[in-house]
Amino acid sequence: MRKIKSTEEIVYQVFVNALLLLTLLIVCIPLLRVITMSFTPIKSGRQILGGLLIPFSDWSVAAYQQLLTHPAFLSSLANSMIILVLGTTINLLLTIPLAYVLSIKGLPGRKFLNILVLIPFLFNPGLIPTYLVVTKLNLIDTYWAVILPGAVSVYNCFVMRGFFEGIPEDFKEAARIDGAGEFYILRRIILPLSKPIILTVGLFYGVSHWNEFFAPLLYLNDTKLQPLPVLLRNILLAANVNEYVDTNAMSAAPIQSLKAASVVLTTLPMVIVYPWIQKHFTKGTLVGGIKG
Amino acid sequence: MSSTVAQPAGTMKVKRKTLNLKRYWTLYLMVLAPVIYFLVFRYMPLVNAQIAFKDFSPLDGVWHSPWVGFKNFLEFFNSIYFWELMRNTIGYSLAKLFIGLPLAVILALALSETAAKAFKGVVQTMTYLPHFLSWVIMYGVLLALLSEGDGWVNMIIKAAGGETKSFLGSPNWFPVIVVLSDAWKETGWSAIIFLAALAGIDPALYEAAEVEGATRLQRIKYISLPGIADVIVVVTLLRLGTVLDAGFHQLFMLYSMPVMSVGDILDTWVYRQGILDFRFSLATAVGLFKGVIGLLMVLVFNRLAKKFSGSSLY
Repeated sequence: MRKIKSTEEIVYQVFVNALLLLTLLIVCIPLLRVITMSFTPIKSGRQILGGLLIPFSDWSVAAYQQLLTHPAFLSSLANSMIILVLGTTINLLLTIPLAYVLSIKGLPGRKFLNILVLIPFLFNPGLIPTYLVVTKLNLIDTYWAVILPGAVSVYNCFVMRGFFEGIPEDFKEAARIDGAGEFYILRRIILPLSKPIILTVGLFYGVSHWNEFFAPLLYLNDTKLQPLPVLLRNILLAANVNEYVDTNAMSAAPIQSLKAASVVLTTLPMVIVYPWIQKHFTKGTLVGGIKG
Repeated sequence: MSSTVAQPAGTMKVKRKTLNLKRYWTLYLMVLAPVIYFLVFRYMPLVNAQIAFKDFSPLDGVWHSPWVGFKNFLEFFNSIYFWELMRNTIGYSLAKLFIGLPLAVILALALSETAAKAFKGVVQTMTYLPHFLSWVIMYGVLLALLSEGDGWVNMIIKAAGGETKSFLGSPNWFPVIVVLSDAWKETGWSAIIFLAALAGIDPALYEAAEVEGATRLQRIKYISLPGIADVIVVVTLLRLGTVLDAGFHQLFMLYSMPVMSVGDILDTWVYRQGILDFRFSLATAVGLFKGVIGLLMVLVFNRLAKKFSGSSLY
């Protein structure tokens, strides 16, 4: 009896792990293809598995060399960094106080504030009305156009509010009795206790800034201001549509290697911080994803 | 409470009240900047949305453009695009939901059942990763796989003696690629919530089933799946609430002229009409239409989800 059971168990485990392995391959093969492509020179000799791999001796870093020394790439990288740092700072400077105040029970007007925040969350009038605001404020061709319209994500704010509400009232009450002001309480008591949620929400914001390509495309016409994803998009479209980017300056390396290398370089910073992201994001989605 | 302490308690209350007042003012000061943000970037657009009922010209501005009633809405409803856009938008949403969701549940089950813990960690790490890639990067990945000249899939087809296909340029293949690439990107991430729900099932149930001699598949069928049924229903309902969001960034990156009839969704159409063709009023009307339907859907489906399990989006 016991013996039969364990064979069943073994078969089952083989099946389950085979399924996981298949999933892993499906995820990894496209990524591997991109990486290999980025190292493939114009005249590569042998291709293994239809170009999924090439012999190590054929590897070429020409595409990377060309990208990393190209002024357009470097300035886009700098723009992305500026938008990332400035944007995330503003996100947090607005979201933290808002979430904190929304979490204070018994504050007159709290309900009103909640509704003020909830309405835009539920009803979105679409692209054009916001575009008109940005135009009206003369923000076109400034970083602010990319940063300000989405400065507070209501979803992130609710995630953070939920966390603040979970902090025992006693901590705050004790400080209030000692005569501490609200700014002091927020900075010295709440924030040190809230590091995990601030990191999570900060990462949420940071990733969306790093990935954002539509807002810059919409609001930044000046190519000197364009961030990495916009440059990447222009490079990817370059083969079909020539007017998008100064491809001539880059055309010494095979265009497909350049494309793949720019994909890898744009992804790389994300992959480097990914272990932290994974740790905190998974926690964050479970906190905020569905609120019991 | 005796009457002798009533007096000091009373003054305490007054003092407490003035303290509270001061406290409240600090708190209001704290939300000043966020409130200004909301008024400017979230409520001004609502005011601007009135141009849906006007014939907007930039020279006259939002307030001074002439009213035209529902003309813009009617133009959209009566246009040849309306049904095509609705079909594409709702079609992609539902296809992504009904293909992506079962895949996520299966992945979550496999992850929770495997005895190889280290391997489980590797699979989790790798399957969550694509969620963090933008659709620009995804487009690069898809080109490396599918482009007609040197895409990996086409090289395999060529090596096998077949004819290469323009996957992203053919109206037959394009919808398949849209749904599958979304599944590739998001399945791991959507599995998280089911994985958490599976972890919440009482282990005693499994032990009892084992004692009773239930097979592994019986345990999945009678314990695991019923155990996460609530979560599956709630996730489905919440996703149905946003059925008009078919994935703007994805379609914006992937579509092109040859596949316009199957690639165009409400959001991409609004973008082209408004930003590229300067038809601000028409684009706003369609955006507003989408916003109103979206609001109703979210309210209804969120109510249903709440009723079903006490969970809610907000």
